[in-house]
Amino acid sequence: MTTQASAAAENHIPAENIETATPLLQIRDLKKRFSLSGDFLEQLRFKGGKLVRHQEHVHAINGVNLDISRGEALCVVGESGCGKSTVARTVMGLLSPSEGEIHYDGQRIDHLSSRQLLPYRKRMQMIFQNPYASLNPRMTIQQTLEEPLRLHHPKWNRQQIADKVEEVMRSVGIDPDWGKRFGHEFSGGQRQRIAIARALAVDPEFIVADEPISALDVSIQAQVLNLLMEAQHERNLTYLFITHDLAVVEHFGTRVAVMYLGTVCEIATTATLFAKPRHPYTQALLSSIPRLEDDRPQHIRLEGEVPTPVNLPSGCVFHGRCPYANARCRQEIPLLQMQNDGTRVACHAVEEGRL
Amino acid sequence: MTMTTNKAPSRLDRFRDSFVWYSFKRDRTAQLCLAVFLCLVVAAFSAPLLAPTDPYDLRQIDIMASELPPFWIDGADEQYSLGTDAQGRDLWSIILYGTRVSLLIGFGAVILQALLGVTFGLMAGYLGGRVDAFLMRLADIQLSFSTLMVAIVVGAVVKATLGGAFYSQYAVLMLVLIIGLAEWPQYARTVRASVLAEKGKEYVDAARVMGLRSKRIMFRHVLPNTLSPIFVISTVQIANAIISEAALSFLGLGMPETHPSLGSLIKAGFDYIQSGSWWITLIPGAVLVVLVLSINLLGDWLRDVMNPRLYKG
Amino acid sequence: MALLEVSQLDVRFALRQGEVKAIRDVSFTLERGERLGIVGESGAGKSVAAFSLLNLISKPGFIAGGSIRFEGQTLNTMSERGLRKIRGNRISMIFQDPMMTLNPVLSIGEQMVECLKAHRRISSRDARAIALDKLRQVQIPSPEKRLDQYPHELSGGMRQRIIIAIALLLDPDIIIADEPTTALDVTIQAEIMALLLDLCEQHNVGLILITHDLGVVSQVTQRMLVMYAGRVIEQGPTREIINDPQHPYTQGLINALPQMATPGEKLNQIRGSMPSLSNLPSGCAFHPRCDFIKRADGQTRPACVEQVPGFVQTGNCLAACHMVAELLEDRRLKEESQ
Repeated sequence: MTTQASAAAENHIPAENIETATPLLQIRDLKKRFSLSGDFLEQLRFKGGKLVRHQEHVHAINGVNLDISRGEALCVVGESGCGKSTVARTVMGLLSPSEGEIHYDGQRIDHLSSRQLLPYRKRMQMIFQNPYASLNPRMTIQQTLEEPLRLHHPKWNRQQIADKVEEVMRSVGIDPDWGKRFGHEFSGGQRQRIAIARALAVDPEFIVADEPISALDVSIQAQVLNLLMEAQHERNLTYLFITHDLAVVEHFGTRVAVMYLGTVCEIATTATLFAKPRHPYTQALLSSIPRLEDDRPQHIRLEGEVPTPVNLPSGCVFHGRCPYANARCRQEIPLLQMQNDGTRVACHAVEEGRL
Repeated sequence: MTMTTNKAPSRLDRFRDSFVWYSFKRDRTAQLCLAVFLCLVVAAFSAPLLAPTDPYDLRQIDIMASELPPFWIDGADEQYSLGTDAQGRDLWSIILYGTRVSLLIGFGAVILQALLGVTFGLMAGYLGGRVDAFLMRLADIQLSFSTLMVAIVVGAVVKATLGGAFYSQYAVLMLVLIIGLAEWPQYARTVRASVLAEKGKEYVDAARVMGLRSKRIMFRHVLPNTLSPIFVISTVQIANAIISEAALSFLGLGMPETHPSLGSLIKAGFDYIQSGSWWITLIPGAVLVVLVLSINLLGDWLRDVMNPRLYKG
Repeated sequence: MALLEVSQLDVRFALRQGEVKAIRDVSFTLERGERLGIVGESGAGKSVAAFSLLNLISKPGFIAGGSIRFEGQTLNTMSERGLRKIRGNRISMIFQDPMMTLNPVLSIGEQMVECLKAHRRISSRDARAIALDKLRQVQIPSPEKRLDQYPHELSGGMRQRIIIAIALLLDPDIIIADEPTTALDVTIQAEIMALLLDLCEQHNVGLILITHDLGVVSQVTQRMLVMYAGRVIEQGPTREIINDPQHPYTQGLINALPQMATPGEKLNQIRGSMPSLSNLPSGCAFHPRCDFIKRADGQTRPACVEQVPGFVQTGNCLAACHMVAELLEDRRLKEESQ
């Protein structure tokens, strides 16, 4: 599909977009399918008097290429079902890719066994969406935070571990005296702080944050976002930040990748994307953020709804809802193409100058 | 949710503050059942202290004093408050000892069931795939044999190979083995279902991202969170095991009459109902009913309390 | 007289820890065709307020005081039978989860017809025609087909449209929408909100919109209430509050939005979190998080800690804050002295 061409495009990024020669994380032609058909016996169907094997898949990601440079915060935005969380989970090894490769610091990591992955676990960590589910309800905060330290620093003594736990708890603004308490005794924002402390405990350099603030209240969202930015400055962290909230992206992201139905349709620096969205989907998405300023919603109306990822549309996945779609869009899959300002857009209309 | 003090509450404080304790304080049935159950357990396990005679000691049995009625009926002997059975054993003593045997088998069998069922259920649920398919089919096959059939087969095999004397000598162990083997799938299914629910939660993902091994995640993270359903089904399973034992003993597949359980006492007395000595069977029967009922009612209460849909905390 | 008049509403929950006051002293009015937003974070009591309007609070909750008057009838003392005539008919509700309203085993058409027949003497055929008309109004593609479909066959956005169609079915006077678009994606959310707004304007239906999203409130509503820890702390015309919030909490809430800060800079956060209703701080419930409890001279204003603030009028808005009251008083004194 997009393989060669987009990989080639990836190699010709102007220098201003890349801080170091090799990106910290490279995602190459990543695809992930989930089977819907159950085990072998359930796949057998009678069709026209014959027994055939019938398989159905959810195509969660269809050929995603992303590079994340050291020190940046790459935001992946998209609506539910666009595959953004699947990208995050695949990068962290919670899911194994159906096709494609993931390289971390130059090393391929997607095919490693869990034991071989252990050194990388220390360097890359994850923050989850739901602070009410991401802490083990039967463990105290102290136990939760000690566990990764015990695993990754087997030689440390009790005191060293206790000191480190205290340090991370302070750094996220949780009083270390609360360590003997259980997760359910804390409010949502405090729980998310503890989850961040758990991720920071092993001093990672790369953090995947999967919708870390969408389950929180507005006033708490700001606190947690501030904490994440503070941690980034102090520890020189690199983020892969998954979210559906464009306002957060505008504030937080260095670069933004917009996903639709398992493919990346636009990648740009945050300022460029918000100033000049190219892809029709990005334009629609930006126009539908509820803003405080205007009295009337002036959003671009999209026809219909997101198609199911089980039967992907032919050609551009967005053509069914796109006001600019023509015959070519219905047949040919657009590839990510470099624009002169460094933005990459996968759209025939942009390429042809129709838009 | 707000914390006024920094001091963490102790375990006792937490328990006092918990919904379980709160609901127990208000539920008279649960209190009564627990009291009855504890009385029975204490009485049964201190049988050697409480019982006036040792029914296992043949020298203390007077065959001439057989089928004496309990104290409230004419012709009773003061020495035997609840009367005697057909062999002249003191009914009060033998019920105490019999309850002890029944409880031992009940608890033993449930521990075995839990060990097998929890391990298999945890593996099936957490590892999934082929392990899951294999273990669950095994459970299905196991469930399609009734406890009775397992008992007949095991009994027959053991008696044929090692002799009937061996079987009687190790009858308690045999029954624990039979009931334990026959009913582990109940546990496995319950545990698997709750493991599947827990596995989808983010704390399990967080543990995986941390790099923990499957074994540690299963036993340290998932298992403690499936304890409530295990607790609830354990009460029901103890009651079931006691009933199974009684049924097997009644059919002659269980405890021998020299070491009777409640079930074999009922069976032994059954032959004498026609001749008017109803107490030999009905008094142990009543004890069995009270025991099982108190456990079941406790189980019902526990299920209501621990049902997460009723109580969100 | 206003269409809906809520005065000093007090809802409590009898829990094992004791009685929890979910909302206290909530008063507001809604005119015919007016769109009112109730904003607050989780635990502020905004959903409880909405549910209590139709006496839908279930045990252990109960309405402990105050009154809800709809066209002069007091709803909170009305019989269940009387309420049924109003619920769904005169006042209808839209929930966050469409499946709370939709019955999964009945087709969309059956549910709509059933709803119509419950409130009106009408033939099935006419009912179906009305249902079809409402589906057209909510701009569902091929509405004839949808009537025979089941809820699970539709997408989330489509289901929410159906819910709106059902809410409009009996031409109500008021629609109460509790976080109607929270579960939906931004593009769908924008469409649903626009649709709801259009329909309310066309049919002159009053709307009570409960949400945590200030952006949605500012685009859809004319007046708004801000709730905190069970009380209304600020109310007035939406534009005025959004442009010039008086209460420190409202200010904090608006300033905490990422769009209010320079990208990459620290967001203006409110410290701490909402207190639990069973353990409210004394005085103004917001005072432990408030940056304005100190006076200009550095002294803590005692009233903030000791006394629950009453409303003071600023412009067309009412704010419950001692600091605002003090500012107003200072200004008045200054004007008098001049």
